[in-house]
Amino acid sequence: MTATATASHAPHAPRAARAVLKAELRLFRREPGSLFWVMVFPTLLLVILGSVPSFREAQDDLGGIRLVDAYVPVTVLLATIMSGLQAMPPVVTGYRERGILRRMSATPVRPSAVLGAQMGLHGAAALGSALLSLAVGRVAFDVPLPRQGVGYAVALLLVTSSALALGALVSALSRTSKAATAVGSAVFFPMMFSAGVWLPVRAMPDALAHVVEALPFGAAAEALNQAAAGDWPGPVHLGVLVLWTAVLTAAAARWFRWE
Amino acid sequence: MPPPIIEVRGLRKVYGGRAVVDGVSFAVEQGEIFGVLGPNGAGKTTTVECVEGLRVPDAGTVRVTGLDPVADHPRVTRVLGAQLQESELQPKLTVREALELYAAFYATPADWRPLAERLGLADKSATRFAKLSGGQKQRLFIALALIGNPRVVVLDELTTGLDPRARRDTWRLIEDVRDSGVTVLLVTHFMEEAQRLCDRIAVIDQGRVVALDTPAGLIGRTASSTVISFTPSVPLAPADLAALPRLASATEKDGRITLNGTDDTVDALLTLLARRHVTAHQLRVTDATLDDAFLDLTDTRPGHHHGAPA
Repeated sequence: MTATATASHAPHAPRAARAVLKAELRLFRREPGSLFWVMVFPTLLLVILGSVPSFREAQDDLGGIRLVDAYVPVTVLLATIMSGLQAMPPVVTGYRERGILRRMSATPVRPSAVLGAQMGLHGAAALGSALLSLAVGRVAFDVPLPRQGVGYAVALLLVTSSALALGALVSALSRTSKAATAVGSAVFFPMMFSAGVWLPVRAMPDALAHVVEALPFGAAAEALNQAAAGDWPGPVHLGVLVLWTAVLTAAAARWFRWE
Repeated sequence: MPPPIIEVRGLRKVYGGRAVVDGVSFAVEQGEIFGVLGPNGAGKTTTVECVEGLRVPDAGTVRVTGLDPVADHPRVTRVLGAQLQESELQPKLTVREALELYAAFYATPADWRPLAERLGLADKSATRFAKLSGGQKQRLFIALALIGNPRVVVLDELTTGLDPRARRDTWRLIEDVRDSGVTVLLVTHFMEEAQRLCDRIAVIDQGRVVALDTPAGLIGRTASSTVISFTPSVPLAPADLAALPRLASATEKDGRITLNGTDDTVDALLTLLARRHVTAHQLRVTDATLDDAFLDLTDTRPGHHHGAPA
């Protein structure tokens, strides 16, 4: 699903793409459920966990940081998972199921414009939610902002791309929006686990951590931790993210059907 | 005469080894309402989807204003508006938003307000797609097909699922569209609709054009272009009826006889009645409808039509 730019056949492609984005943004704002899980829930989880006194005590097995510190990157990853994997696939699959993409094929605009708008909006929502989590962590729980800001941003953009690519693949493989929800949920829990929602990757046994770090959200968790601590994220972690994004995007493009 | 606005020649489309469309040819002239009529599964929708450029023909050529709908898809979409069978819009998109969105797809779109007015959607502009009735949804799809100021619109099973009143309203709209200078390609399986609206009709059955004519021409060429019904004052012998010339079918119900035939049948019947001194009460002689013509053209069961009277 590399095809966000294919609407360029039309002489007025920018105007059409803007109109599609505007319409999809309106529709996105009319989905309170999605908005809650993507924009509110990750930060809410951080607030709940941060309210537990023991989460605000330094932990030796986490290298002296507090659990609430370790959970900020986890909730950042949760935002990308919620948006890319939970919220987006049923929408896109539903558009195909209802013939909305097909109807658009009969106009000068390619249906890829809708797909591009959906990915852009869910990507932006994930990033917005991540920033909210960072801000609330800083203000409410004194979690320091990432000290390697650029490295953090790079890792965050890469993991958001992976999440959207994974969501696109779920849309591609699901024939109905119900199926997309089901497949999304099946993939959701392993991804949540690998992101460290139940047990931060730092606190996992070595053997498990190695496996998890080969997965996109495990690699992203480590990359974000490194950037938060002030280091540039390790090239292996970033490489894992790039590889996953490329493979998932290629698979989604291979299997996606417009009708 | 200007060149045809749509030209289909030898169109063939195969799915799973079966030819769904098998050598279909027709030409739609500018300014007419051209019907594609046929039973379910005859290949009507596949045919018009090739015209819309949504499917790639396996053989044959399709031209819309001289353009190839697949190779020149972007240019064809600017002159051809489409209403697709079984397509929807985003459930929470309002009528106004849908019209504005689709207007933005075209370089010189129609103003959506008068269009919504004309289609009776003006007071629904803030209503979401999911809350519209079936008739309102169809009118919105007509509006979306027209919003780009096309030269030709393809309407596929537009009135399926509408109640009779909504269907008649929609027919008036289609006539208005044609009167405004837009050519209409209409896919339907409703005889009444085709008979009322179409200037010419291609009857498609099992992937082939079995007839192409005006509605009157199609009716006239059937074996039974006239329907005669009456209640005889005394019963008539079945053998006498069976002997009537050009008789396609004869049925009797509660003493009332209905004959399908031609003018020759009528003449012979009147002679027969006079000779036997039989009075024909409530005698009705009517032209057959497109229904009869259609059954005649598409029913391929052996021995079914032109069969012996009952």
